[in-house]
Amino acid sequence: MAALSKHWKKIALVVVFVISLFVPVFVQNDYFLGIIILGYVWAIATYGLNILLGYTGQLSLGHAGFFGIGAYTVGVLTVNYEFPFWPSLLLAAIASSVLGFLIGIFALRTRNEYFAIFTLGVGFVIYLVIERWEGLTGGALGLIGVPYPEGIGPIQFDGPESIYYLILGFLILTIYIAWSIANSLVGRSFMAIRNSEELAAATGINVGRAKQLAFAISTGIAGLAGGLYATYIGFLGPAIVNVPTTFEILLYLLVGGMGSLSGPLVGAFLVTTLFQFLQQFEAYRLVILGPIVVILIIFFPKGLAGLWAALETRIKAMRGKGEMSGDAGASEEPAKEEAK
Amino acid sequence: MELFLQQLVNAIALGSVYSLAALGLTLVFGVLRIPNLAHGALYMIGAYVTYFALTSYGIPYIVAIGISAAVLALIGVIVERLVFHPLRNAPHTHHLIAAVGVLFFLQSGAQVLWGSEFREMPSPFTGIVNVFGLNIGQQRLVVIFASILVMVALYLFLKKTVPGQTIEAIEQDRTGASLVGIDANRVSMMTFAISAALAAIAASLVAPINLVFPTMGEALNLKVFAIIILGGLGSIPGAIVGGFALALAEVFSSTYISNAFSEAIGFLFLLVVLAVRPTGLFSKGA
Amino acid sequence: MLLKTENLGITFGGLKAVNEVDFEVERGTVAAIIGPNGAGKSTFFNLMSGFHKPTTGTVTLDGENLTNLPAHKTVRSGMARTFQTTNLFMEDTVLDNLIVGHRVRTKSNFFDAIFRTPRLRREEKESRERAMEALEFAGVDRLANRTVGSISQEAQKRVSIALALATDPKILLLDEPAAGVNNEETEGLATLIRKLVEHDYTVCLVEHKMSMVMGLADKIMVLHHGEKIAEGAPKEVASNEAVIEAYLGAGEEEDA
Ligand SMILES: Nc1ncnc2c1ncn2[C@@H]1O[C@H](COP(=O)(O)OP(=O)(O)OP(=O)(O)O)[C@@H](O)[C@H]1O
Ligand SMILES: [Mg+2]
Repeated sequence: MAALSKHWKKIALVVVFVISLFVPVFVQNDYFLGIIILGYVWAIATYGLNILLGYTGQLSLGHAGFFGIGAYTVGVLTVNYEFPFWPSLLLAAIASSVLGFLIGIFALRTRNEYFAIFTLGVGFVIYLVIERWEGLTGGALGLIGVPYPEGIGPIQFDGPESIYYLILGFLILTIYIAWSIANSLVGRSFMAIRNSEELAAATGINVGRAKQLAFAISTGIAGLAGGLYATYIGFLGPAIVNVPTTFEILLYLLVGGMGSLSGPLVGAFLVTTLFQFLQQFEAYRLVILGPIVVILIIFFPKGLAGLWAALETRIKAMRGKGEMSGDAGASEEPAKEEAK
Repeated sequence: MELFLQQLVNAIALGSVYSLAALGLTLVFGVLRIPNLAHGALYMIGAYVTYFALTSYGIPYIVAIGISAAVLALIGVIVERLVFHPLRNAPHTHHLIAAVGVLFFLQSGAQVLWGSEFREMPSPFTGIVNVFGLNIGQQRLVVIFASILVMVALYLFLKKTVPGQTIEAIEQDRTGASLVGIDANRVSMMTFAISAALAAIAASLVAPINLVFPTMGEALNLKVFAIIILGGLGSIPGAIVGGFALALAEVFSSTYISNAFSEAIGFLFLLVVLAVRPTGLFSKGA
Repeated sequence: MLLKTENLGITFGGLKAVNEVDFEVERGTVAAIIGPNGAGKSTFFNLMSGFHKPTTGTVTLDGENLTNLPAHKTVRSGMARTFQTTNLFMEDTVLDNLIVGHRVRTKSNFFDAIFRTPRLRREEKESRERAMEALEFAGVDRLANRTVGSISQEAQKRVSIALALATDPKILLLDEPAAGVNNEETEGLATLIRKLVEHDYTVCLVEHKMSMVMGLADKIMVLHHGEKIAEGAPKEVASNEAVIEAYLGAGEEEDA
């Protein structure tokens, strides 16, 4: 049965992929397409947070700061220095990742709530620097006119459709990175740390170094998302770097499911698009989302992904009873043997 | 020199507000191990309650502050029961995330209900007093004296009354306290009530000087965290000392260095301290 | 000597939790550490395995100086340990808990993961196989796909030992491997420990269950208030005046 569900998962994946390819064909309205593009951008940022929080169990409240480092690296380089986009994007990811790595040296000396608050401070200081360094970042007025990427060969990035495919490509890349980490010994080390730092150390994992790596990957992905955001929106203001943005990304992850592969995409996409389409509720967005966060964390800390998994096991159990009672009986046997 | 003294008074007034707000936060952390990221939002709601008591119902300022403290105490208890109590055995990340949820709710709730405009809170203490040749706004003096009063009251409550002592007992020794048969639920609710009330008082005192608006708690939220980490999470003297220290640093760096720097200084200091001592300045086990 | 400590000690804010202890374990034997509650046994383990930094003394394993090494490096050098309270991850399967145990012997990194290199594949397979072997050795391989939370206390204890085994250790430090299981199961765990020694592992255990210790240990060290008060063969220790006094003084809290 496990094989069957794996099979279905593959089919579902292909279907989702094909749909995502045709989105610009169905969605002719640039405004709606833009909402979807932004959903993807936030999903990428959320994947970054998931690697640190979901896999490794470390809550960083400075994620938006690193998103901002990426966004402003692209913004400053392309606008102020007329640098081409592509190397700027690369630098954005590298800069935020290296900065994350360096800050991680200190940040990760702290643990638990101290780490959360340390990173909160880091995020806020990054925000202040960006807001106040007017010569470089344009201060509160921001940067205007971040260009679309230069074309590569025959491909031109000149409108929402081409940008859509660009960002879809990076989203898929990010998902691939997340998947390959989760399905490797590196990811197993991260998860061991999440489960118990003590036990992880006792199995020979270099906890400090693994956390540092997770932090650098996480901030690097945040920077990538920031860079993509900059080119798509074309305008950067400091608000996007501030602490509430971190909270929003956290919310996406929580709704989708911490530690799951699909969670960041589902959460970010669902929350951002749902509320964009329900424009009249825009003001109530956080009034509604706040209690949802609380309810989720109390009752469904694994988010939609966790709910889905629970549903799946229940369906499996029901099928097991109905069709293959013999099979189910056999699988219970070890339990009995062990109980005695 | 006059500028210096003037600013010193300002710093003390600001420091008393910071200390009050930080005290509430550190109590909740010390007793319940909850880093309540929604503290700044409770602070903001406290200011609004006082504001409406004053403007819509014409209640005298001091009484309005009392009402606000009571209302926020109730809200504190509700938040504890509905949000943090169910999470008491959950990992610490869950507390933080739940607190973010509460923060979202309160802050945007205020925005929806009352709009995002800046409101001026009228206070009866508008005069200027001349002390030793310094012109000091009455409201600043009110802030300082009221804060000291509240801190003394809190101290007496914690040291001299039975319910207060149970809070201290848990703060000092969790397992020991539960062995003595202290009702953890009651202590938990009481701590949240006091914490929120302190935030409300702090906000109501400072609001006539600053303004009332839905995001007024945002910067403060971060600052009080900086304060209590520096002072040692859960340490009451640490919160008071930290509150005044941050205020002094902010006021004087803005006077003599720059405004932007003064906003960042608390956090820079926080980051440096934590980088060197990962569990804070005055913590026991580093 | 496989394991050797000299003057090993630590002070917690004035309290000498372990006070200058000399201790040796010979290769292929079982050494036991006993003592009343709070004697410093777990702390002694923590010192040897790098979880605490000693204030005095040295730790040597197989000729290699491990003093002041962080925990993960002591594991790499061949020191594996279990904890007094099981802290396996309850929601994962037994096998998933175990696979990471072999991580310390593997080299694949982030880039191996991204590019799915042959090294990653080989090491994944190796880790999985090593995990299954360890489970088999500990007699719990048939529980491999069960979640840890759903198996018995005794099985969890065995899984903990298997996890330690998966790191390919020279010595296993077992902190109360039989706490909270019944007599029959205790016997089973004793058999497992004997099997470890037969397969050339060396074992050092902390245990309150005297019957188990007496039947297993080649030598016993007794700690009391952080000090070594006796050491020797089980019979010698059992009749040692100081030991009897320490246990009586502690109010006979120990299990049979
Ligand atoms: N990290 C620590 N900080 C301060 N004191 C500690 C620490 N770890 C242990 N102690 C103290 O050291 C002493 C020895 O504790 P330890 O856990 O080693 O005892 P034990 O012999 O393992 O006891 P038990 O049989 O109950 O497991 C105790 O007084 C304990 O309170
Ligand atoms: Mg012990």
